[in-house]
Formats: sequence, C-alpha cells, structure tokens
Amino acid sequence: MAEAAAHDHGDHRPHGWVRWVYSTNHKDIGTLYLIFAIIAGVIGAALSVAIRMELQEPGIQIFSGLAQMVYGMQGDAAIDGGKSMYNAFGAAHGLIMIFFMVMPALIGGFANWMVPIMIGAPDMAFPRMNNISFWLLPPAFILLLSSMFVPSAPGAFGVGGGWTIYPPLSTSGQPGPAMDLAILSIHIAGASSILGAINFITTIFNMRAPGMTLHKMPLFAWAVLITAFLLLLSLPVLAGAITMLLTDRNFGTAFFVPDQGGDPILFQHLFWFFGHPEVYILILPGFGIISHIVSTFSKKPVFGYLGMAYAMVAIGAVGFIVWAHHMYTTGLSLDTQRYFVFATMVIAVPTGVKIFSWIATMWGGSISFKPPMLWALGFIFLFTIGGVTGVQLANAGLDRSLHDTYFVIAHFHYVLSLGAVFAIFAGWYYWFPKMTGYMYSPVIANTHFWVTFVGVNLIFFPQHFLGLAGMPRRTVDYPDAFAGWNMISSYGSYIAAVGVAIFLYGVFEAFQKKRVAGANPWGEGATTLEWQLPSPPPFHQWEQLPKIK
Amino acid sequence: MSGGLSNPRKVNNGIVAAVCLTFFTGMIGMAYAAVPLYKVFCQVTGYGGTTQRAEKQYAGRILDRDITIRFDANTNGIPWQFEPVARSMTIKIGQTTQAHYSATNKFDRPITGRASFNVQPEMAGAYFNKVECFCFTDTTLKPGETLDMPVVFYVDPDIVNVPELKDLKTITLSYTMFPVEKKQPGASSAPAAGSSTKVPDSEASLGG
Repeated sequence: MAEAAAHDHGDHRPHGWVRWVYSTNHKDIGTLYLIFAIIAGVIGAALSVAIRMELQEPGIQIFSGLAQMVYGMQGDAAIDGGKSMYNAFGAAHGLIMIFFMVMPALIGGFANWMVPIMIGAPDMAFPRMNNISFWLLPPAFILLLSSMFVPSAPGAFGVGGGWTIYPPLSTSGQPGPAMDLAILSIHIAGASSILGAINFITTIFNMRAPGMTLHKMPLFAWAVLITAFLLLLSLPVLAGAITMLLTDRNFGTAFFVPDQGGDPILFQHLFWFFGHPEVYILILPGFGIISHIVSTFSKKPVFGYLGMAYAMVAIGAVGFIVWAHHMYTTGLSLDTQRYFVFATMVIAVPTGVKIFSWIATMWGGSISFKPPMLWALGFIFLFTIGGVTGVQLANAGLDRSLHDTYFVIAHFHYVLSLGAVFAIFAGWYYWFPKMTGYMYSPVIANTHFWVTFVGVNLIFFPQHFLGLAGMPRRTVDYPDAFAGWNMISSYGSYIAAVGVAIFLYGVFEAFQKKRVAGANPWGEGATTLEWQLPSPPPFHQWEQLPKIK
Repeated sequence: MSGGLSNPRKVNNGIVAAVCLTFFTGMIGMAYAAVPLYKVFCQVTGYGGTTQRAEKQYAGRILDRDITIRFDANTNGIPWQFEPVARSMTIKIGQTTQAHYSATNKFDRPITGRASFNVQPEMAGAYFNKVECFCFTDTTLKPGETLDMPVVFYVDPDIVNVPELKDLKTITLSYTMFPVEKKQPGASSAPAAGSSTKVPDSEASLGG
C-alpha cells in the first residue's frame, strides 16, 4: 500500500539542494531540524565545557586567555573581559540549549517527523509554513552567536547576565549592541516556534485519520498538542517583554526604568509567565516519547492512557499559575508566597501520576533493555531526582537560602539536561531506524548511554552539595572551600563530552555500515502507526488513510 | 492529497490557524496590558512598597503605639546634596506628621531633579499614606540654591491588623533623586530625541 503510494509520487520528489531549502515535506524538515539541533547542541555543549574548565579550580583559569585570543584584549582588560566573557558563555549556553537545541530537536525534529505519521496524516496542515518555521532558526542562531562578538558593557563582549536577561542589567547595564542582537534572535526563534505551534494544533485537530479520536491518539501526539498550546500562550508574553526591553534600550520608553515610573520587577513577572511554561514545553514532548518507549520495550500498552494524557494537560495548565516561585526573593508578600508554594507543589501530583504510570507499565512486562529503553529508564530515574529537588525549591523558606545557588543549577539540569536530553536521545535511538532505515550499533549506543550517564551525574550531583554550601551561580571564581566538588563536576563534563563524541561516531557508523533495520525492528510492543510503514517511510505516506481500530 | 477532501479541510485549517493567531495577538496585548494593570495593582495593594496617596488629611484614629520612621535619601547621577533633615522620628500610628528633606544644587548650572520613592518593608507601602509629597514633581534649583522639601504623612492604623506587619517597629521611607534632563540609559546607538520631555504624570499614575 505504502509502496504503491511512494511509486505514484516518486517523480514529484525534488532533488539536490532544492529538496532541502524549498522543502515542504514534514520528514525532510524534521531531518533539517534534527541536524540543526545536533549542531547547536554541540556548540552549546562546548560552551558549557569551557565553563566547567574555568570552574575546575579556584581563580581565573581560561577566560582571560580566551578574551586575549578572541577579543584581542591585553593585561587587566583581558582579566575583566574574561570575566564578562564567562557571563556571556553562561547566557549563550542557556539560550542555545533551550531555543536552538531542545526545542528544535523535540518539537521541530521528532514531532515534525512522527506526529503526522502517528495520527495518519499525509503531511502537516501548512507545509510551506513548516518550511518558514525551520528556516527562521538558522538566522536567529547566527544572530545569537554574533552577539557574543560585539560589545555589551564597556570592556565586555556578549550578553552577560544569563538567559533571563533581567533589567536593569539588560537595559542600562549593557548599552552595546550585543543585547539587541540577542533580543532580535529570541524574537525570530519565537516567531518560528509560534508558526510551528499553530501548524501542530491545526494538524492534530483536523488531520487525524478516520477513527482516530483524541482519546485514541498516541501520547506523543497528545504531548505535542499540549506543548503547542503552551507555546501559543506563553511565547507572546516573552515577545512582549523583550520588545519592551528593546524599546527601553533604544527608543526612550520607560517600562522597566524606575526613575521614570517603570518597574524592573514587572519584567520578571512577564519573563517567568513565559519562562515557567517554557520548562514544560521542553519536557512534555519528552514525556510523550518516554511513554511510547516504555510501552514498546515492556510489550504492554501504556498503563493508564487517559490518566497519562490528562496528567500532561494538568501539568500544562497548572504550569501557568506558578511563575512567581522563581521570584521568592523579590519581596512577595507572605500570602503570595504561600499561594505560589502550594500551587507549585500541586504540579508534583500529575507528574507523580506519570512517573508511577511508567513504572506500572513496566510492572509485569516482558522488558528488553535495548538502547532506547536504557535511555528511557535513565530519564525516569534522573527526572525523578530533579523533581524531588524541585519540590524542595518550591518552598519559599528553603528557597531563601538556595536561590541562585548551584543547588538550583543542579535541579534544573537534572530535569532538563538529564531529563529532556535523555528523552531526546531515547527518541533518537527509538526512531533512528525508522527515519533512516539503518540500524545503529547497539554496543555503541549502550556505551554512549553509560558514558553520558556517568558523566552528567558526576557533573550535576556534586552541584547539589556546592549549592547547599552556598556557592552562587553566574560567578567566575569561588572560595577554595568549594574546590573539591567543582573539580569532580568538571571531570564529569569531560566524560559527558566524550559521550557526545561517541554519539556522533555512532551516527557515522550506522550510515557507514548500512545495516537494514526493517519496518519494525522493535517487535510486537511497537504498536503506533509509524511502525506499519517501511523504514525509511515513503516520501508521501498514508495516500490511503490507515484504519484505526 | 485526495482532491475531494482537501477543499473543506483547507477552509477548516484556515479557521484553526486564524483562531490560534488571534490567540497569539491577544496574548501580546495581554503582555502590554500588564504594564498599566501592574501599576494599578501596585497602587491598590501597595505592592512593592508603593505608598498611598491619602484622600483625607488625617487618619480616623490615633493608636497608642509608637512606630519609628527612618528617612533615607539617595541621588543617582545628579550633583545635588540631598538628605533628610532628621534621620528618623518616632510617632504614634495614625498621627499626621511632617518631615523635611533638603536639597542643595552643588553644580554651576541650574538642574532639574525628580525624586522616586519607596518604603521598606514593601508590604507597609499600602499603609504609608502621604498627604503631601515632593515626589515625582520636577524641581529646578539654581546653582548653590537650597530647597526645603516637606513630606506630610501618616501611618494607617489598619497596619496592626496585618499578620506580617503587626509587630513592625520601623518603616523606612526612601527617596532617590534623579536628574530630569538625563541621557537615556542604553541608548548608545539611537539616542532617543525628546525622550526626556516625555515625562509621564507619574505622581497621579502612581498614587504617590
């Protein structure tokens, strides 16, 4: 059936660069997104390794030298420039990983590839808009990267002050063009995400195969639908907030300028009204992927399907009313803090429903520990650790002492770096045979997993201790007392970097060896529609719409 | 795509996309609406230490309880000597009181300044009523001129009913004096022409 479809339209397939640049095919665009995410991920990871190299020992290690090399600074200027460069690396690492690695990989990459196939649709609802969504990203990324090479504050280059770009540091504190470039970059990346979100919502609402009701839809499609709604609600607020920053900087408005009646705290409210849903945008598609993998390799349908779907709805909804838990130290009243503590902890309930449902799916199942399953188990384990520290941080009283320490860094890297990224790799090893038609080497995939698992835990677990001991984030240097765990953390980052190299080699090896994967390499547990198509799927699938039982 | 299905579907897709787009525009509008809403919110609740502009000159009652008001003065980029005449005073809660600040222009040219204000703890803002205040009004001082700037205020007796504030012994009233003809911060590439003249009537809008 699908073979015939491929044959019919084989002649219309564009070739060469036209196929990619003008692409309106959701699978090709998904592939472009994945390649983009890998490139951005390697750059973002390199920035973080530089940060860890700097923090390996007390004192300034590498950034003065880097400032000399990159910016041509000398003497004391190089020392100060190096410190600013460290801040710029931190901000760029955060922005790149969020906007140019995790979101393109999960939403642009896997969702573009798999959602239309999973719901029995021939393509996305707006294929040309899909093309624009992708091609907005490279210019946005180039803008962000170039911001690192232009002045911000006097004697400093690149956006300092972290991915949260709070005023007044981002307005009067950094008059140079770096911040303007970064704001423009976020604008364009945001436009790309909004177009993508509209596309997914329309596709999922209108293009499901006959018989595929919302309550029969695969959980990954559910996850992407909810994510798209979160994007639609939260990104415009970020766009508004950074536009206010831009006009405050360049056109004399006073949204955040206190001496003209503005309020810098307002930016934090707007930013976190976006920022908190954003972390669920990063993790929800991962939840969907993990559900499929756990079910596939336990050879059981996922436990509590409806509970899983509506747990994600609940997480998405509650995610919008907890934003001020990032702002406990800004002087919220006691009652406001009480509310935000309570609301934040409520999120642990639907999240717990998901964790326990995954465990219940595995319970009594015929489990095979293939690479995707290893990554999925790693995800569940590490995400749960991050969730536990999240409940701790939700307490306003505890947050007083932990705010902006390495405990927070450890927490959000356990849920994002170890959660979302493990979900991305789980999805990669799950769908790689489907997307390419080739089977990777399980040995390399397993090695990649164990090296990464050891590496990232070495990086981030000691940071809990550092944070509890009071080490502040966004600081280039630290007292000698913190030296021991920082060194271990830095060693961990080198191990994780080796993991990235193993990953890239594994991809290369799979394409070199060309082991044919077959339509369904995972056996009877893989029940979603993509496994009914050949690997790789035909250029146009579902010419005859699949029948949903 | 099969031709029979594609037409109604296209229309339908357009509707969904249009609804999404409306949603998106609405949220941008909400983000901007947050600015005045936040201002109103601060004004009504005293959030962030926004003091209240008193409608009546006196509190209805005076409690037999002392509270210390500390006065703080800062300058930001203006060559004035700006300081409170008395650093602190102890008054009864509800008692209308006058305090004085003084400002001296130390520069050789006339300068216009404007003060913004805040109270600590921030929650006390809602209960700190200013009957008369120089805040957010432009003041021009000739070189060497000294001006006495009075503030008339009372502390709302309702403050003792707030759990967080019932044991409060001290409120700090802080002013920061800014120059009015100041270059826009951050406007290195595009100096905003005329931005300094576009001063909002903030006293009214902030309730100071």
